[in-house]
Amino acid sequence: MIPELGHYALMLALGLAVIQGLMPVVGTSSNDDVLIGMAAPAALAQFGFVAVAFVALAVSYVTSDFSVLNVYENSNSTMPFIYRLTAIWGNHEGSMLLWVSILTFFGALVAVFGVNLPAKLKANALAVQGWIAAAFELFILATSNPFLRIVNAPFEGRDLNPILQDPGLAFHPPLLYLGYVGFSIVFSFAIAALIEGRIDAAWARFVRPWVLVAWMCLTLGIAGGSYWAYYELGWGGFWFWDPVENASLMPWLAGTALLHSAVVMEKRSALKIWTILLAILVFSLSLIGTFLVRSGVLTSVHAFATDPRRGIFILTILVLFIGGALSLYAWRAPLLKQGGLFAPISREGALVLNNLFLTSACVTVFVGTLYPLALEALAGQKISVGPPFFNLTFVPLFIPLLLAMPFGPLLGWKRGDLVGAAQRLMAAEMLAAVAVAAAFALEHGGPVVAPFGVGLAIFVMAGALVDIAERTMILRLPLRAALRRAAGLPRSAWGTAFAHFGIGVTLFGIVAATAWGSERIVAIKPGNSVNIFHYQLTFDGMFDRSGPNYRDAVGHFTVRRSGGSLIGVMQPSRRTFPASNMAVTEAALMRRGISQIYLSLGDSNLSGAVPVRLYFKPDVIMIWWGAALMFFGGALSLSDRRLRVGAPKPAKRIRAALRAAG
Amino acid sequence: MTRKQRRLVLIGGSLGVLAMALALMLNAFRGSIVFFNSPSDVMAKPVAPGRRIRLGGLVKSGSLLRGDNLKARFEVTDGRREVPVTYQGVLPDLFREGQGVVAEGAFDGTGVFRADTILAKHDATYMPKEVVDALKKSGHWKDEYAQRAAVPIAGGGK
Repeated sequence: MIPELGHYALMLALGLAVIQGLMPVVGTSSNDDVLIGMAAPAALAQFGFVAVAFVALAVSYVTSDFSVLNVYENSNSTMPFIYRLTAIWGNHEGSMLLWVSILTFFGALVAVFGVNLPAKLKANALAVQGWIAAAFELFILATSNPFLRIVNAPFEGRDLNPILQDPGLAFHPPLLYLGYVGFSIVFSFAIAALIEGRIDAAWARFVRPWVLVAWMCLTLGIAGGSYWAYYELGWGGFWFWDPVENASLMPWLAGTALLHSAVVMEKRSALKIWTILLAILVFSLSLIGTFLVRSGVLTSVHAFATDPRRGIFILTILVLFIGGALSLYAWRAPLLKQGGLFAPISREGALVLNNLFLTSACVTVFVGTLYPLALEALAGQKISVGPPFFNLTFVPLFIPLLLAMPFGPLLGWKRGDLVGAAQRLMAAEMLAAVAVAAAFALEHGGPVVAPFGVGLAIFVMAGALVDIAERTMILRLPLRAALRRAAGLPRSAWGTAFAHFGIGVTLFGIVAATAWGSERIVAIKPGNSVNIFHYQLTFDGMFDRSGPNYRDAVGHFTVRRSGGSLIGVMQPSRRTFPASNMAVTEAALMRRGISQIYLSLGDSNLSGAVPVRLYFKPDVIMIWWGAALMFFGGALSLSDRRLRVGAPKPAKRIRAALRAAG
Repeated sequence: MTRKQRRLVLIGGSLGVLAMALALMLNAFRGSIVFFNSPSDVMAKPVAPGRRIRLGGLVKSGSLLRGDNLKARFEVTDGRREVPVTYQGVLPDLFREGQGVVAEGAFDGTGVFRADTILAKHDATYMPKEVVDALKKSGHWKDEYAQRAAVPIAGGGK
């Protein structure tokens, strides 16, 4: 009964999505206020029905209703509650339903919070949201229905892929989807603006919070996925340049560019045409990401089952939306007026440079990810493009970007003073030089470029601090006055500084962990020890442990300083899940300051020795702390009053005050 | 600076960065892409020693020998031809005789493929797509593989 309810609700949502997609467009072209007014209630109702469908699936999962095919295939009654819940999106059908749920959720948010928006813009944007929702709801109903039943219900489900039985599944996909789908709002606003043929700085002010929210979620989602892969896959790597990872990195790069170009548009009403194009491209990349992951053209843990019909369906959606949007852009963009002149050396110029490098980096990732697919489709030649390609293309494009980054916020709008900025950055430059020298002095063998990487990271971090120091004049004014200035700084300025500082932190972690990490891969027998960095690990033996739905073969290792004093115990394990008869490696991590000792077990062989992978990862945690700082910076920026309050609102309040006074 | 000059600087800068990206990509494509080969491909058209490739097929049943220091030796087959492979390190969880495998590395001078990476796949039911295609091409694809891919392996463990 409950699954049928969900199925029915999803069909009703499709109907509402079609209404939401058609009525406002008819209304705005015929100036019919009733039809225009239908957009918001339709969006709310559609969200309500999709939510009913999602809850119905959730209930089926939580109650382990194995008469539902999707639940039978991906769940098991012995799984802990949290995994029975997260298993909803641990499979193709459920994760598409999550995708649509988030899409309609954002639509509802626009309907509720878009009170200050011009009525036509809002109606058209919601209509575009309706088209996207309709396309994906049709996709779910036609090819990926999660509510299908099995006639003879089995007693037990097949279990969720053990790799996915991890708290990471609770956060990573929803956050990524919040990011992907959040950009759909920006896309819808861009299309709506193109339909009207009118765009101004206010448009940028409307969309910037949405860009920020999507970007923040995507940042956290990518970082979370990276940490998950790091500890779960047992290889100690945090980024693999896997096509599926690239699929999420591309919208992030383009989204970061959009975040910056929208600032130029809002403040100086320049770069309008470019910003609109970026808005279209970011969501297109999100769609391409969905296509790559969901269609099964890539085979990986993310692809789940593959069905060619799905691939063709998503490809059709892709072509229609991206092709349609770009055609509309080509037709209407010449109508938009460019404004705001600026000199090449200026804040705007710096942001253009940022956009150039970010989009170029995005292009290299795009080519590296899609070229193998294109080559196989066209020439039948199978190749793989791995980390070396990206190290040779992506990295050289990011270096100038990061070098230029601290200069950007120090340049003035319209016309900046590069020499002045360089002088004000003197402290950061000197700190970076000291860091390079110190890294050279302290390192024992490592890539020659690594100390320069550390220098760059320090420069970026110090640059963010200089920006704040300059704005608060902390070195020139008495402390109290400087603090007053600090409190008065717009939160978006703090947000910029935090996010930029976070980039430096992440870079530092990447450089240190990659260049100075150490690795030992040995077969070890009980009683023997292995040394890494300043630590000695003694293997005491194996013991068995059982969990709710798995058995663990646990290795017990005692960790000491090389001098002898005891630090603690590490217990990596090999986890076997009887329901699916699969085994996964559960690595053990021990934090030492901001570094980590990483230990994972291999399959024990005949001689009784256990193969272990042991890594020392210096400063590795900074990679993810940096991402958290970027998220925090975004959140600060989002809480900025100027962003939250639409321009008309204060006026209304003043009018009300005047009325009360009069 | 006139309006025209400003525009020229902007366009010139953009083209410069794009040209840089293009040059980087072309350079990277020359040296860093890795071709996928099946054992039959390798026998038909030998690959120069030292050139990195990916070799895919099934781990031949009964061919796996484990040595000291985590050394392993096995043969990769596509049903027609076999290629001997050596690897030192921890084999992935799902590495088993008779199962699909993709090894990355290069041939040494004696015709032995020295793998430095054995691709870790995360799913017991999963057969690498390249391997499926290679097996189909050599006529050794069996439908039971597809069934195996659809149903979790029962008792197929160690």
